[in-house]
Amino acid sequence: MTQKLPHKDAVIIGLGWTGSILAHELTDAGLDVVAIERGPWRDTGTDFSIAYAQDELRYRIQHELFLRPAQITVTFRNNARQTALPVRTWGAFMLGNGAGGAGVHWNAETWRFLPTDFVLRTHLTQRYGANSLPSDMTIQDWGVTYDELEPHYDAFEYLCGTSGQAGNLKGTIQQGGNPFEGPRSRPYPTPPLKQGYGHALFAEAAVQLGYKPFPQPAGNLSQPYTNPLGVTLGQCTYCGYCEWFGCANYSKSSPQTTILPVLVRKSNFEARTECEVTRVNLDNTGKRATGVTYVNAAGGEFEQPADLVILCGFQLFNVQLLLLSGIGQKYDPNSRQGQIGRNFTHQTLSTALGFFDKDKYNFNPFVSAGAIGMCIDEFNGDNFDHGPLGFVGGGYLGQVQTNGRPIETTAVPPGTPAWGAKWKQALRDNYLSTINAGGGVHASFYAYRDVYMDLDPTYKDRFGRPLVRLTIDFHDNELKMSAWLTDKYAEIMTRMGAKQVVKHPRKGPYDVTQYQTSHLCGGAIMGDNPGNSALNKYLQSWDVPNLFVQGASAFPQNAGYNPTGTVGALAFWSAAAIRSQYLKNPGPLVHA
Amino acid sequence: MALALSAGAARGAIVKGGLPWKPGAADPPTAAVGEGWRYFTPQEGALVEAFVDRLIPPDQLSPGGKDCGCAIFIDRQLAGPQGRFEGYYMSGPFQKGTKQQGPQSPMTPAQHYRKGLAAFDAACRSKFSGKSFTQLSGDEKDQAIKGIEDGSLKLENLDGQDFFKLILKDTQNGFLADPIYGGNKDMASWKMIGFPGTHYDYRDWIDRHNQRVTLPTVAINTHPNWTS
Repeated sequence: MTQKLPHKDAVIIGLGWTGSILAHELTDAGLDVVAIERGPWRDTGTDFSIAYAQDELRYRIQHELFLRPAQITVTFRNNARQTALPVRTWGAFMLGNGAGGAGVHWNAETWRFLPTDFVLRTHLTQRYGANSLPSDMTIQDWGVTYDELEPHYDAFEYLCGTSGQAGNLKGTIQQGGNPFEGPRSRPYPTPPLKQGYGHALFAEAAVQLGYKPFPQPAGNLSQPYTNPLGVTLGQCTYCGYCEWFGCANYSKSSPQTTILPVLVRKSNFEARTECEVTRVNLDNTGKRATGVTYVNAAGGEFEQPADLVILCGFQLFNVQLLLLSGIGQKYDPNSRQGQIGRNFTHQTLSTALGFFDKDKYNFNPFVSAGAIGMCIDEFNGDNFDHGPLGFVGGGYLGQVQTNGRPIETTAVPPGTPAWGAKWKQALRDNYLSTINAGGGVHASFYAYRDVYMDLDPTYKDRFGRPLVRLTIDFHDNELKMSAWLTDKYAEIMTRMGAKQVVKHPRKGPYDVTQYQTSHLCGGAIMGDNPGNSALNKYLQSWDVPNLFVQGASAFPQNAGYNPTGTVGALAFWSAAAIRSQYLKNPGPLVHA
Repeated sequence: MALALSAGAARGAIVKGGLPWKPGAADPPTAAVGEGWRYFTPQEGALVEAFVDRLIPPDQLSPGGKDCGCAIFIDRQLAGPQGRFEGYYMSGPFQKGTKQQGPQSPMTPAQHYRKGLAAFDAACRSKFSGKSFTQLSGDEKDQAIKGIEDGSLKLENLDGQDFFKLILKDTQNGFLADPIYGGNKDMASWKMIGFPGTHYDYRDWIDRHNQRVTLPTVAINTHPNWTS
């Protein structure tokens, strides 16, 4: 029997980055807030202790900190002619679990998107003509602009203590920063990280080739920092165990190190962990959310009534909850009607390995950090002329090698036997002198009519709910882009002095076993009217105005950057709209 | 305000009033300890030891896979949650999909080894006049391994190439993982490649470009922070 709990002002589903930010903002506004989190509480000292956090087998290979597919997974197929099958263990993307969400295990690359990324269709159409885009490409403008988001990017970076070098301060280009970035109102809160040998060598080669390299903006902090909430982070120690791992050193920006210590002390906040929300409840008009239903660790079912419902889960699960709760119209790729599940995107990752002379080069690849690295942005977004190239989109290129962990990061030259004495010799001869930056080319993934999410007809989760079905493949535009960008990257690697450069451009079909970042986007996108989006520019549901949906599920398509900076900025932007407009006058913030 | 973390209560764990931090709480790894096999039969264990010693042969660079503990590593993994695919989505229907859809077999690693080792040894006996893999010369062992690597040596009712990939991956994982799991004894592989291990603080080294790090190699349970 479902037990009905006392009413709350707001219920937040998921206590990762966006859930923490929204909970903090709404409790500051005086609301009584409960956050319901599927995973366990996560504490630095206990869950990623300095005594054992550096364990590649446990955390990277065996996914200790991640969601278990046994609890919930997705199904996958390349196209609608195939039968989707369940993802039985993670491969192409990794899903966080527990308090802090993906903010626990991320590398902490903290980028802003380009101003043109937010007006993508308008910009590309104006520059290249209405017929320049493939007919099945469904990219669109976001409904929010860079200028509107700038103060909120700033708020997220100052919450995190992001280490970087400004490239554009209020319109003035700054030496050593990214000259292509949008204007920022003030410098990064902390200076850039130091760079390792391979990272510095990349920057030297990039300068020789006429590019303007800059340090990657990092949430691994270059120095101790106390954020506006009074929470202090430590200095990164370049331990080389960042992505897939929790930071034992309190030096990676995460909800644990920036916001949760303050949030949980508030008398008007409560978190319930190991509780999974199974649906958002609507009243009989279908236009108002009355709260959520969830199941706790013991299997008990509860109804939590609330005036305001805020979905702060991972992209996949925000969209799944909308589909399962019957909110909005599900997307149909044939008629192109419906918004929920549409414009699902990922990232287009590629790289080139550089093998260097071991007697001359020692990169100490294990001396590194999650968001260390030197990058160039000449080939991101529309920073370059796509006219003659036959594709749109782009990405940053960088020597962003984060680690030298022996299982994952050892690389041997092509032609080396997979085992035996020659394999051992090649491992030894190349470990210290190879550059192996998995995300060296970090590029966009634009939206298409036939890349989408819906509910699987066959496979169910442990509660018997249909899993989300992903239908996704690469399109020619992205594959052409990847080949072209990877060539540019390989040129830099060659200029660095590599004796052998091995290119790995992204090839189709999309493979759910090949890691490609965990940057899944779209499915419940934002826009300027209910005919092209699930959410308005404040992340408010067009269909159910007391429901807000945070996170990358709102991205109409994915840009050539890591998404978390933009996810954080959108959360602050949405929270500000709720505080300054919605709470005074609950209802639609944009009238369709 | 009282600090609260009430697990198992009516609503699951409730966090309210402060961080639910407990002094001394820890979640350390489970070390592979003790002698003998936990999952393998003695015959299987001997076969795996012989196999891993060809994948990682003893030479001047390092001890072989057997002396590094790779077979012990695999055995302990198979006896634990990894051997059961714990945490994997294991609901049916199980259907063969495309390569891009990833593994779809209901067979767990523990079952895969049991079946694979028997089928591999049977294939060796029929190819090498009744001799078990462990009785073969070094060259013959390599021939047999290459046979399942390239698909020329067929196994009965089992894809030999899949089995080869499984045992190769597990052997290399054991060789390169932290020694606490039973492989990589004395950090042999880390010393071989020049990885100084789990130091946790390389601030003194980040801008010493192109210099070999001279710190001693350490692992989780040889690190000064290890107290278990």
